[in-house]
Amino acid sequence: MARQRHNVLPGFSLTMGFTLFYLGAIVLIPFAALVLRALELSWLDFWRLATTERALAAYRLTFGASLIAAAANGVFGTLLAWVLVRYHFPGRRSLDALIDFPFALPTAVAGLTLASLFAPDGWLGRYLVPLGIKGAFTPLGVVIALTFVGLPFVVRTLQPVLQNLEREVEEAAATLGAGRLRTFAQIIAPTLLPAVLTGLALAFARAVGEYGSIVFISGNLPFKTEIAPYLIVQRLEEYDYTGAIALAVVLLVFSFLLLGAINLLEQWSRHARRPA
Amino acid sequence: MRAAPLEVMTTFFPGKRGTAPRAAQRGVEESSLAKWTLIGIALVFCVGFLLLPLLNVFAQALAKGGAHYWRSLTEPDSRAAIRLTLMVAAICVPLNVLFGLAAAWAIAKFEFRGKPFLVTLIDLPFSVSPVVAGLMLVVLLGQQGFFGEWLAAHEIKIIFAVPGLVLATVFITFPFVARELIPVMQAAGTEQEEAALTLGASGWQTFWHVTLPSVKWGLIYGVILCNARAMGEFGAVSVVSGHIAGLTETMPLRVQALYEGATTATTAAAFAVASLLALLALLTLGVKSALEWRQARAERIAASGAGQR
Repeated sequence: MARQRHNVLPGFSLTMGFTLFYLGAIVLIPFAALVLRALELSWLDFWRLATTERALAAYRLTFGASLIAAAANGVFGTLLAWVLVRYHFPGRRSLDALIDFPFALPTAVAGLTLASLFAPDGWLGRYLVPLGIKGAFTPLGVVIALTFVGLPFVVRTLQPVLQNLEREVEEAAATLGAGRLRTFAQIIAPTLLPAVLTGLALAFARAVGEYGSIVFISGNLPFKTEIAPYLIVQRLEEYDYTGAIALAVVLLVFSFLLLGAINLLEQWSRHARRPA
Repeated sequence: MRAAPLEVMTTFFPGKRGTAPRAAQRGVEESSLAKWTLIGIALVFCVGFLLLPLLNVFAQALAKGGAHYWRSLTEPDSRAAIRLTLMVAAICVPLNVLFGLAAAWAIAKFEFRGKPFLVTLIDLPFSVSPVVAGLMLVVLLGQQGFFGEWLAAHEIKIIFAVPGLVLATVFITFPFVARELIPVMQAAGTEQEEAALTLGASGWQTFWHVTLPSVKWGLIYGVILCNARAMGEFGAVSVVSGHIAGLTETMPLRVQALYEGATTATTAAAFAVASLLALLALLTLGVKSALEWRQARAERIAASGAGQR
């Protein structure tokens, strides 16, 4: 085994032991508790609890809004990454730092300030609401909050890929007479696609589990603006533990499927970046 | 490179600065009209969608005047929330630093079977919705939970009390330090430590004087990310808190409670507490940018040194 090579270093059993103990105590035991409680449910009960009308409406909003937000991030994130990597202009570094702002800002604050911006008397709402664009307490508000929260994912996934893009290929295309648009569509876009999709999937995964920012902006009306995580909290407040667990299992299964998809996308992305 | 599935989810990418084209070659650059249109859209989007929300926090916080702002922050329940948030972070960050150092040492310096699986398990909390994380703790330790009766018999209160808030926060911020440290420690290799040990240093001396300095910046990076999330966490703590003002309300929960007051005075107070969290976010971004700037400079120096050789 390769371990022979490093065996002069001490502390493996100590650090490994602590790592496994801490991982078990903090993460795995709570995780197992949820799984065990879920297994106590019969299939029929699980199905009944996980597919109530209200739950279905909540999934539709959660997954639908997350998908729209991820798509919006795909467009604006790609544009931002392109501008940040390819162009020099005053304020570029501040703009670059600002991209991480949604990561650093607590989600509750994000929800609070977005709700107030898009409210009828808010800085943006006072111009948008007369046009019929209502951002606060509507499904659109959910999309807005999820777009905000997910913005950094596409930009930060795409930036290193764009930086490592070989300009020679573009130069060759130009020499051969391709216009800039054609070069972009046929040379650059296919290379970027895997990374864009990875960033999109990451933003989507984050959006599906998001809670803090939505609570403030959506109004949380059952069947209208209620997301799945909020419904879990509602079930808990009604002491309906099995109902909450059934919904949580649906979200967990979905997260793991998405995680698998993201892993595949990342492999594809690495492969695409390293042509033979 | 490690198989980290949700790398971007938490790592604020140690951004490498853009390399703009030095000589604009014909056909490899967009027309300046297209270029400035794209820059314009990017600027408008960022100002409208990122900068305005930030400025709005402070504008709304001060909407009722400076005196109201100060009163909002110094009333007993808000003071208690600030204290509690600081306390939770003060417990949670050192715990995760200890874990991060241990996990990074074991994973980066040794080879063993199942390593990728262990790394995946460490990342697990990132793929769990915060609300579901809170629910897990309720199922384990709540009244109806697995240890509920035992805890009640021994009069230990975890859920709807401060220990629950700490556990939820530790769960959510669990991977932050470890995932920053593992790649840095892997990149540092083991030669330095082996040399120190050969020269007669003890294991602890080697760790303190060789390993720790070599991963210092990665550690600081992990700590600021972990701290920002610990202080700002909402979903998981919301489930286990019980929302008792003055006792189990952290700052983000205090923001929500005030916001639900739904008067102009309470809304301004909610924004006042939120403004402290926004300042924390700005501070985090500032430290992060400084660290990246430092790293980029170190890389440039290393690159120019290699070029001269």
